[in-house]
Amino acid sequence: MNSESKESGEKYRQTGFQSFFQGRPDFHLNCRTVTGILYLAFFLILATFCLMSFSACKSGSKQNEIVIAGSTSIQPFADEWAELFMKKNSKVTINVQGGGSSGGIMAVKEGTAQIGMSSRELKEDEKDLIEITVAYDGLAIIVHPANPVDNLSLEQVRSIFAGEITNWKVLNGNDKAITVVVREEGSGTRGAFQEMVMGSRRITKKAIVEDSNGVVREIVSRDSNSIGFISLGLVDHRVKAIALDGLQPSEEAIIQGHYHLRRPFLFLVREEPQGLIKEFIDFVLSADIQSMLPQEGLIPVKTIATEESFQD
Amino acid sequence: MMSKSKPDDRLIKLSLLMVALTAITVLAVITIFIFEQGLPIMLKYGLKNFLFGQDWYPSEKSFGLLPMIVGSLLVTLGALLIGVPLGLASAIFLTEFSSRRLSRFLKPVIELLAGIPSVVYGFLGLMFLVPFIRENLGGPGLSVLAASIILGIMILPTIISISIDSIRAVPDSYREGSIALGATKWQTVRMVVLPAARSGLVAGIILGMGRAIGETMAVIMVAGNAADLPASWLAPVRTLTSNIALEMAYASGEHRQALFATGVVLFVIIMILNFLANLAARKQSGR
Repeated sequence: MNSESKESGEKYRQTGFQSFFQGRPDFHLNCRTVTGILYLAFFLILATFCLMSFSACKSGSKQNEIVIAGSTSIQPFADEWAELFMKKNSKVTINVQGGGSSGGIMAVKEGTAQIGMSSRELKEDEKDLIEITVAYDGLAIIVHPANPVDNLSLEQVRSIFAGEITNWKVLNGNDKAITVVVREEGSGTRGAFQEMVMGSRRITKKAIVEDSNGVVREIVSRDSNSIGFISLGLVDHRVKAIALDGLQPSEEAIIQGHYHLRRPFLFLVREEPQGLIKEFIDFVLSADIQSMLPQEGLIPVKTIATEESFQD
Repeated sequence: MMSKSKPDDRLIKLSLLMVALTAITVLAVITIFIFEQGLPIMLKYGLKNFLFGQDWYPSEKSFGLLPMIVGSLLVTLGALLIGVPLGLASAIFLTEFSSRRLSRFLKPVIELLAGIPSVVYGFLGLMFLVPFIRENLGGPGLSVLAASIILGIMILPTIISISIDSIRAVPDSYREGSIALGATKWQTVRMVVLPAARSGLVAGIILGMGRAIGETMAVIMVAGNAADLPASWLAPVRTLTSNIALEMAYASGEHRQALFATGVVLFVIIMILNFLANLAARKQSGR
């Protein structure tokens, strides 16, 4: 055995706490360690630069820059709106960030973002912000396309997600255990589902939890015994949206007020919008943008009657 | 070993010390930050509720971490059950039984496994392993078993390469002596080589365990993440790391603090495991 491998064996013998506490005062230097130091130094410098540019970015909210942050459900749409707006106004920079509904709400309150995005209704202690609805989004209950069940009552959906109905047989389906797939705590989609479908009932602990609409759709499209919920705009041929109390979810059904599972996409601001912020919000609410929404699976604001009084 | 300190050396010594201090400072800052963010809420709702509560409903102020603690331990145990026998067997084969040329080819290939990003492991698991379990063993497929298998594979390179190094470090005279006494090759490996390499093997397993309990991305993808005590190996499970990564994006207020509290629990568990494992390693090396 050569001495090098002996030494490396010795090295592994000294792990963690051991070598820390036995820490030898003498340093044995060779070419490799020096290169190592150089690398480390380089990374330290790099890290410092990153931190500096990050903080500079945070503090630099200039006159013609808007930071928008929040719900990842709204983010892709907001990105597009921002791009169109910047094309029209070349001097303006609009910076769209994710972070989630709660993150967006916090960002507006703290002033790190001028506009927050939320895909759930505000809670009581968040009501001091001004909400502007920019679009509506439907919520679809989805199952595998091969699942014979295609209609459920709201009460049945509630029981399934509460973990009380656990077999498809009860619902005139196959004799298979139901796999419930939900979003994680805190997500706007889950919040909307909890509010509109579950009410005060708890979603079962046994439910599989995933952190995006895309993954929920992916899992439901592969597991023929699963059920989940996602944005209506994201339903495609790989999954089947279930009719609720006999009503197939669609944009028309939502506009006409038949299909009730819908949530608002909110822009949040601290004070009455002015200047650039107002311009951007007006732009999003303009006929140009609003008329594009249906192609993307969203529902324009104006089409929904303003009496906001859907109660279960 | 002792180097005569030339002025040049002293400078490098000093800079090395600075680098070492930086690392320790970072560790200290992380520790303080996690505890500062996580401890208050643990104390507010009671340590017992956090550690032994079974309900994780942050929106209802219910922060029971027991399912996640059990989940982390189960998945890590599963990974070790799969990774350790496989890893040790490969290491023994590559050092003692295979030809030099074969092992010279295989070792780098195994080490390449370590370079594959965890998200790729997770993706492969989701695409092939999960449907396989669902169709052949039942359940949703996203399960303790799936996570254990994926993690077991992920810790293989760590266990194998460290084991190989420590088995190679056993002096040849041990082997020669054993053979001279009439022992067979296998008896030599089992009764002479492995005991002599023991502390190195244990170190490899500790590092593998550390990787398994800390792994997040791959586990989120294949474990199903249900915040419930798993009823079987085929039930979905959520680990402590998944709990943090899964919910951090949308968490605010006490929910966010509860995720830091999850970090505190994870931190303490890893400390305890590391400490126990090191203790075991020291005892076994027996000097």
